[in-house]
Amino acid sequence: MNAIILTAVWGIVMMFGGVFFKKKTTALYWAVAGLVLVLALNCYELVQPAWFLNKTEYRVLFNIDVKEMLHFNSFNLTFISIMLVCTLFYFLLNGRDIEKVGDSVSEYFALIFFVLCGVSIAATFNTLLTLFLGIEIMSIPLYILTGSDKRNLKSNEAALKYFLMGSFSTGIMLMGIAFVYGGNSNGSFFIDAINLGDGKIPPLVGVGLVFLLIAMAFKVSAAPFHFWTPDVYDGAPTVFTSFMATIVKAAGFIAFIRLFENAFGKVHLQWQALIAVITAATLLIGNITAVFQQSVKRMLAYSSIAQAGFMLLAIFAMNETAKEGLVLYAAAYSLATIGIFAILIKMNDYTIDGFNGLAKQQPVLAVTAAVFLLSLTGIPLTAGFQAKFFMLVAALKNGHQHWLVVFAVLCAAVSAYYYFKIIQAIFFKEGSDVAANDWDISNGFKILLIIVSMLIILLGLFPTLITEWLHY
Amino acid sequence: MPINYYIVLSVALFSIGIIGVLTRRNAIIIFMCVELMLNAANLLLVAFSKMHNLALGLNFPTLASDAQIFVFFIMVVAAAEVSVGLAIIVMIYRNIHSVDVNFLNRLKN
Repeated sequence: MNAIILTAVWGIVMMFGGVFFKKKTTALYWAVAGLVLVLALNCYELVQPAWFLNKTEYRVLFNIDVKEMLHFNSFNLTFISIMLVCTLFYFLLNGRDIEKVGDSVSEYFALIFFVLCGVSIAATFNTLLTLFLGIEIMSIPLYILTGSDKRNLKSNEAALKYFLMGSFSTGIMLMGIAFVYGGNSNGSFFIDAINLGDGKIPPLVGVGLVFLLIAMAFKVSAAPFHFWTPDVYDGAPTVFTSFMATIVKAAGFIAFIRLFENAFGKVHLQWQALIAVITAATLLIGNITAVFQQSVKRMLAYSSIAQAGFMLLAIFAMNETAKEGLVLYAAAYSLATIGIFAILIKMNDYTIDGFNGLAKQQPVLAVTAAVFLLSLTGIPLTAGFQAKFFMLVAALKNGHQHWLVVFAVLCAAVSAYYYFKIIQAIFFKEGSDVAANDWDISNGFKILLIIVSMLIILLGLFPTLITEWLHY
Repeated sequence: MPINYYIVLSVALFSIGIIGVLTRRNAIIIFMCVELMLNAANLLLVAFSKMHNLALGLNFPTLASDAQIFVFFIMVVAAAEVSVGLAIIVMIYRNIHSVDVNFLNRLKN
C-alpha cells in the first residue's frame, strides 16, 4: 500500500517540481530522494518484527479499506522492493543521460514514478478491475516516454507503434475480462472467486482465457505477439528502452503469473500445452533473430524476447519453485540489462564493432560489461545462472512436456553465441572507434557499475538472499 | 431478450474493430477501431451485469453494479489513452505532414 500511494504522490511532486527547479540536476536529486523514501517505506511494510504477531496485517502509513481489491503478501512486497532497488540503480546510473533526452527532465521522472505506481498495482491486484488499471497505469506513461525525443522520427514511429499495439492489446484484454465475468456463474471480478467448479471450463470463460492469454503475451512480448518489440525498443531513447525492457517487462510477468495461478490454476493442465507452444516459439524466434543483428541495441531487444521465453517457463510450470525463480529471474535479468544498457549509452557507435578494443580504453567498463553479458547468458557464479536453473527445475518438477526443458537449454546455448560476440569485440579486437569516444564517465558511475556486478555475483552465489524473503 | 443477441452484437463490433486495426493505414482510423473494440467490451459487460443480476440478484442485490462501475473505469482509461494517443499522432503530423502508417518504416532493417 505504501509503495502505491507514495509513488503516485511523488510523481505529482516531481511534476510540479519541474516549475520550480532551477537546474536540471535538481530533478535527479529529488527523484532519487523520493525513490529511497518509497523503498524504505515498502521495506518497512514488508519486514515484520517478531512482536508483530498478526501477520495478516501489514504496517501501512495509510489505512485504506481497499475491499480486498488489492492483496498484499510477502511475495508481492518483495517483488515491489526488488523493482524499486532496480529503479534506484537505474536512476543513479542513467540520471545524467535522462537529462540529455530533452528539456522536461522533471516530467520524465514524474512519468517513471507513475509507471512504478502501475507496477505496484500490477503486482498486488486481486480483481480483474485492478489488473486492468495496473497494466494501463504502467503502459500509458511509457507511450509518452517512448516518444519523448520529439524531433527524432524513429522515436515518433516507435511511440505510435507502441501506442497502437498497446491499446489494441488492451481492447483484447477487456474483451477477455468481459467473457470471464459473463462465463463464471457467481458474477465476480475477484480472481480467486472465478468459479471453475470441477475442472471444467465453461465456454465463455474459455474464450476469455484465450483473450487474456493473448493480451498478456502482447504485454510481455511473447511470440507470436512480439513483433512490436524490436521496433519500439530500437526507436525509443536508449535510457527509456532500458527501463521498458527491465522493470516494466518483469512487472508484466508477475501480473501474468498471478492472474493465471489464481484465476485459472485449477484448470492448469488444459491450457498448459498452449503456453508450452508460446514458450518454445518465443525462445526460438528471440534467440535465432538476435544472432543476425548488427546493432547491439536491436540485439538486446531480441535478447529481451529470448529472456521472456525463459520467464514464460515459470507460467508453464506454475509451482512454488517457478514463483521463486521468476522473482529471482526478474532481479537477475533487470540488473544485468540495466547495467549493459548504461554502458551502451556511453558508446558513440551502437554496432558490435563499436565495442572493439573497449578493454584497453576503459578496463572497468569492459570487465563489468563482461559480467552483465555472462549473467544474461547464464554462466555459473552469476545470478543469471541461478535464475535459469530455478526455471528449468520448476519445469521439470511440473512433470509434463519434458521436451521443453531440453529445447530451452539448447536455446540458451544459442544465446551464448551473440552475447560472446560482444565480449570478443571488447577484449580481443583492436579498434579505433572507441578511441574517438568522448568518455563522459565519472568515478561514481564506475563504482556503481562495480556494485551492480558484485550484486549479480552475490546473487549467483547466494540466491536464497532473495528467495527466502518470499515466504517470510 | 436472450443474452446471446448481446454477445453476437458485441463480438461483431469487436471483429469490425480488429479487422479495421489490421487493414486500415490511417493512424486516426486505426485509433477509432481500437475505441470500437473497447466499446464492444463495455456493451458486453453491461449485458452480462444485467444477466447476473437477473440470475443472482435476489441474494446479492449489489452484484450488478460491479460490471457497470468497471465500464466507467474503462471510459476514463480510454479518455486518458485518447489524450496521449492524439498527442503522439499530432507530433508525427508536425514532423512528416501525414498520419499514414505506411510512411513509418524507418526502423525496418
